Amino acid sequence: MAEKLEELIPKVETLARDLGLEYYPVEFELVPPSFMMEVAVYGLPVRMPHWSFGVRWIYQMVQHRMGHSRIFEVVFPGNPNRAYLVNTNSLEENILVVAHVLGHADFSHNNLTFVRSQEQVGYRIVEQAAAHARRIAEVIEEIGEKRVEQVLDVALALEPHIDTNQPLNRSKYRPPDKRTEPEPEEFRDRYHQLPGEAQPERKTRGGPEPFHIPPHPERDLLWFIATYAPEMEDWERDIFLAVRKEAYYFQPVFNCQIMNEGWASYWHSRLLREADFLPGQIYVDCMKTHSDVVRPYAGERQVALQVNPYHLGYSLWEHLLESGGLEDARAIRREEDDFGFIRNYFTAELADEMGLFVYSAKKNGEIRVTDSNLHELHEAILQPKFNFGAPRVVVDELKSDGTLILRHEHENDGRGLDLDRARHVLEYIDRIWRRPVKLYTVDERGRQINIKPSWEVD
Amino acid sequence: MSLHESTSRDGAGRWYDLFSRGTRDWLRHNEKIREAVREQLPDLVAGSDVLSRPDNRTVKVPVRFMEHYRFRLRNPDVRTGAGQGKAKPGDVLRPAQPARPGQGKEGSGEGEGQITFVLEFQIDDILDWLWDELELPHLKPRLGTRIEEDTYIREGWDRRGARSRLDRRRTMKEVIKRRGAQGPQAIPITNDDLRFRQLARRRRPTTNAVAFFLLDVSSSMDEHCRRLAKTFFFWALQGVRRQFTTIETVFIAHTVEAWEFEEENFFRVHGQGGTKSSSAVHKAQQILDERYDPAMYNCYLFYATDGHNFSEDRQRATEALLRLAPVMNFLGYVEVSHQNHRRLDTEVAGIWRGLGAEGWPVGSYSLTREADIWLAIKAFFTDQAAEAEAEAQ
Repeated sequence: MAEKLEELIPKVETLARDLGLEYYPVEFELVPPSFMMEVAVYGLPVRMPHWSFGVRWIYQMVQHRMGHSRIFEVVFPGNPNRAYLVNTNSLEENILVVAHVLGHADFSHNNLTFVRSQEQVGYRIVEQAAAHARRIAEVIEEIGEKRVEQVLDVALALEPHIDTNQPLNRSKYRPPDKRTEPEPEEFRDRYHQLPGEAQPERKTRGGPEPFHIPPHPERDLLWFIATYAPEMEDWERDIFLAVRKEAYYFQPVFNCQIMNEGWASYWHSRLLREADFLPGQIYVDCMKTHSDVVRPYAGERQVALQVNPYHLGYSLWEHLLESGGLEDARAIRREEDDFGFIRNYFTAELADEMGLFVYSAKKNGEIRVTDSNLHELHEAILQPKFNFGAPRVVVDELKSDGTLILRHEHENDGRGLDLDRARHVLEYIDRIWRRPVKLYTVDERGRQINIKPSWEVD
Repeated sequence: MSLHESTSRDGAGRWYDLFSRGTRDWLRHNEKIREAVREQLPDLVAGSDVLSRPDNRTVKVPVRFMEHYRFRLRNPDVRTGAGQGKAKPGDVLRPAQPARPGQGKEGSGEGEGQITFVLEFQIDDILDWLWDELELPHLKPRLGTRIEEDTYIREGWDRRGARSRLDRRRTMKEVIKRRGAQGPQAIPITNDDLRFRQLARRRRPTTNAVAFFLLDVSSSMDEHCRRLAKTFFFWALQGVRRQFTTIETVFIAHTVEAWEFEEENFFRVHGQGGTKSSSAVHKAQQILDERYDPAMYNCYLFYATDGHNFSEDRQRATEALLRLAPVMNFLGYVEVSHQNHRRLDTEVAGIWRGLGAEGWPVGSYSLTREADIWLAIKAFFTDQAAEAEAEAQ
């Protein structure tokens, strides 16, 4: 198969360039299914060791054995892009995968969230993650598995708690410079006179204001802890920053999944349709695989309780390309992520056509389709994607005795944290912060409560 | 573009053919589970699933996957989601489920923490943990100081010997030495290079042991009592076994009479009528006399009963025990019952207490619930280790 593929890949690529796809070179590699399975679990070909990956891996194995999951392709954006094809797939399947990968490569080359993330992490995440893994293996040799694992327990638990609006390389907060304090402006004064606006505090001239850390609620917990932890060792800080860097890489992948998979599916079907060099039978088989990938639900089931992102993205792109043309579609793929993509372009007609609905599931197990408007549907689709899939927890204050105060911004999600899990996470943090740690959230009735590690007493 | 294949042309596999990160991290997860289970040692020991099949050196324990905790929102009363398919507002896609006991606790009900799998533990590992937990001295296999036996051990080398005792490593050393001296014309291997291990006869103290398990199977001993007895016997045997290279077991059940059984039938025996504990002790004595020379064996005896005994049997039982005690390394009395208000206050307990008062190595343990097993095992191992250490000095 390798010879056949080697012949066909350049032809598919030439066609892709002719149709206007832009991308960094793609390195394809044929690998065994076991390798693919690990990539799907770890998110990267070589990544730091942690027992939690082992749990995900065994799930993947079980699902695979039961035939519920098949992984067709993985591509890691970068320069070059690195794409993996399963060597047990048929030639037809792999041709489809090659075309699909080129769609992804075009997306990551042009989409602004990807562009920014690639600039930050430096276009070679596969190699960098492998270097992180190697470094951590060395530290394990030197320091011992247990201690390294404790640090990884914290860092990986906080993986989604980053702030990509800030650069990857961030320096410490700087105390405000007195002289650059803004002069009172007439407009601002008038604005503050609006009902309900707080009056600006007139600062009494005198001694210097104590500098509050952080000066604003800090979302990037990994960075904050790595930067301000009172007694963190260098190797521990390195692990935090390694996890953070990988999270910077993962975030656009997570935030653009619907768009990105839809875009790649659109392009693989278009490329194959226009590939007159493919023998007829290969084309038919390819398209069969295509319809398996983008179908809304598995097998003979009539209703699915989730929306297949491939299907959703594919349908939406087809609709956009039909109504607005390729140039408009390219602009959207450059400027949006899934939030803008769904909220700005997913219409009620399309929802109807696709048969999307909102349901509510009660604790007693009852699941009922609700009468919902378009806005509610948008939010139901996007809900699992907010804030990198995690509740927003910020650093509120670093006290002078070193106490770390975290706060869950429950106003955004309307309910409190799962207390048991939150306490465990605090216990992870406590071991690395090495000073008291406290977290504010709300209980079932919306009253503010605080959580501490179980070994801490008032 | 470029395309690589996972196996290089020379046929050698790539690194990932030889190494699975998933397996590595999965094994680490299991190791952590073992550590966590270890902290549940009392439950593990008391678990009635522990079976005393003769060659069963492992215990299976159901455990849950560990969860790597992250910040998560509390489960809402009503969760909303997006779905797809033929459904209209108001359709019920799944009816309410009847409430099941044990559900609805926060943090349970879903997710990775819920799935269980079975881990196998080596009995020896559990015993090691027990020993650490109890801070017991690590005894060497105890020598039966009274007796020695002949044994052959490997000692020295010779140029002649049986093929089976050819020492390949030493032979190759000879070959290398000779060929180094002779240079390039050397013959690859000659008879002179061969080296054979020699055997020497040594006298060695014996490390045999025999354990007698006596069980009262009269009608008052119900399933509950038997299960407690069985679990205790199992761990006691494992503890004794640690110290000896070989240990034999004798199982005796009794009512007013006593019979010897195979292990697999032992715990299923049900008898009728009253109880004469002297019958079991006599039976043990008889078997000891016939099969186990106390000079050749370290002897242990365990007796489990609910404590009831015909009072006219008191004299005979006491005498029988006193005759047996001098040749025993340790005697354990286990009282199993439903009530705990009369702990070790029964007819039989009194007889054994008397035995201890005369200075024989006796331990008495009372079991009414599974939770007692841990305490009893602890007490037994501690007594037994103290006894063994005292004797060794």
